[in-house]
Amino acid sequence: MAWFKREKKGIITSTQEKKEAPDGIWNKCPECKKPLHYAEQVENKYVCHYCNYHLRIGSKEYFSVLFDNNEFTELFPALRSGDPLNFNDNKKYTDRLEESNKKTGLIDAIRSGHGKIDGQDLVIACMDFNFIGGSMGSVVGEKIARSIDYCIQHRIPFLMISKSGGARMMEAAFSLMQMAKTSAKLALLSKARIPYISLLTDPTTGGVTASYAMLGDVNIAEPGALIGFAGPRVIKETIKKDLPKGFQTSEFVLEHGFLDFIVDRRQMKEKLATFLKMMNN
Amino acid sequence: MNTSFDFEKPIADLQQQIEKVKQVAEKTKVDMSSTLAELEANLEATKQRIYTNLNGWQNVQISRHPDRPYTLQYIEMICDDFIELHGDRTVKDDKAIVGGFATIDGQTVMIIGHQKGTNTKLRQFRNFGMANPEGYRKALRLMRLAEKFNKPVITFIDTPGAYPGLEAEERGQGEAIARNLLEMSVLKVPVLCFVVGEGASGGALGIGIGDKVYMLEHTWYSVISPESCSSILWRSWDFKEKAAEVLKLTAEDMHANGLVDGIIPEPLGGAHHDPQKMAETIKSKILEDLTTLKGKDIDQVISERIEKFCAMGVVLE
Repeated sequence: MAWFKREKKGIITSTQEKKEAPDGIWNKCPECKKPLHYAEQVENKYVCHYCNYHLRIGSKEYFSVLFDNNEFTELFPALRSGDPLNFNDNKKYTDRLEESNKKTGLIDAIRSGHGKIDGQDLVIACMDFNFIGGSMGSVVGEKIARSIDYCIQHRIPFLMISKSGGARMMEAAFSLMQMAKTSAKLALLSKARIPYISLLTDPTTGGVTASYAMLGDVNIAEPGALIGFAGPRVIKETIKKDLPKGFQTSEFVLEHGFLDFIVDRRQMKEKLATFLKMMNN
Repeated sequence: MNTSFDFEKPIADLQQQIEKVKQVAEKTKVDMSSTLAELEANLEATKQRIYTNLNGWQNVQISRHPDRPYTLQYIEMICDDFIELHGDRTVKDDKAIVGGFATIDGQTVMIIGHQKGTNTKLRQFRNFGMANPEGYRKALRLMRLAEKFNKPVITFIDTPGAYPGLEAEERGQGEAIARNLLEMSVLKVPVLCFVVGEGASGGALGIGIGDKVYMLEHTWYSVISPESCSSILWRSWDFKEKAAEVLKLTAEDMHANGLVDGIIPEPLGGAHHDPQKMAETIKSKILEDLTTLKGKDIDQVISERIEKFCAMGVVLE
């Protein structure tokens, strides 16, 4: 016989008497599992103050961390996905888009803004992982391309914040060609001698790594981010061996020479501002 | 190797029947020429019907046929002379991508392409056409060489993907491909690309930025292989046929979507049925395009190349 016996089954509190803990005031650090208070999180730039884990955040948070007074003009906000292939696996692509839009309030996996950091102009295009895994489809490619055009036209440096699982399968070859499109535009930006900073955050893999994310004049990353071309599971299946500890982390990629430095999110704005100052004077 | 696919069975059956009739005629000395002629006509009609109505997955199968010609064989058939060049000058020589200067009808060009092996041992040696970063860097080095001496670049694409290995990651597979995309889009010589087999994702695109990008009739080109797509969407490889359909990866679909510039017809049944004829078709396309491109101002060629890729994608505003 059990020590404790539930005498009445199920939830017995009536809906009217249900007490809810306010959502999002507290949440848990995914790394060290310690509770984090929301206000403290914002104060600490969404970095866990116990273990320095960099929480996965979206464009809204990155803009607030980087732009002076969180002031910026959003660029090309109306761009949204078509469904060129009429893609339907178990769910229609259009339904998937709508669902993601409802869940996140975003129109696609990227937003772009023109603002100032420490008084210096900067265009930031930032990916949102919550929108279909931050996957790169036509909208992501097009928004980056137009942001680059904007930078060339106004002679403003460009910061790309990548956070993506790679190309968007539901747009198949159309998403593949976004790699070509963004890289070609970056060639023009480079020719115009306008600085391009690529910031890689957790995670940056696949077609995003194999195009704009790796093409910065300087490539930088947040600590502990997963950065790679092939995903760890695919590599493991291919080589049929366990992967070494720390494989495909920012630190690993820095060590192998593909990053210029790793920057803590709390020092990021200051460091970027210093870099821009050096480029501008 | 005599590989035939399920959908080719009616053809094989007819061929067998013809063989039998021939044997009987030989043995019995009875004139069976009318029956034979009828069967031959039937065979032609069946071939025509099957090979012109292939679905996505059937095209994928043909694109992987072990007898299909690969880059080095095409070079041998198309070029008068060829000097293969090796190495990325940093780490090593990747065997999955080959390249070198060649002459076609007296014109010097740089040819670069994925290379698969023709038997088990060579397939391993060539890493099944899956290049490491060194391969892409070798390709870029050769393209720069071509640019320096003002020779057009021609690439042959046939890869199941860039190699997903440990060393590949250490040496920056992503960066190597990305760099090629950027550099190829502003390369100061004409660039022609031919998908001659499999065009899998970044591994294909890494040598695939050209003024003209063509697909042979029975090849495929997409962001992911049908098998991997199936395993991601349906958690199993069993839906590869369906994946091949939804990805719209055939030459016909890719051309209809404006993602490649043209389709090169293959001999009936696929390039491996008549490699020589296939090579001649490709060669005449190369010569035709080089004449047009060489007559144009190179800055104009480059800006058209960039505009072409920048126009790809479907967005609503």
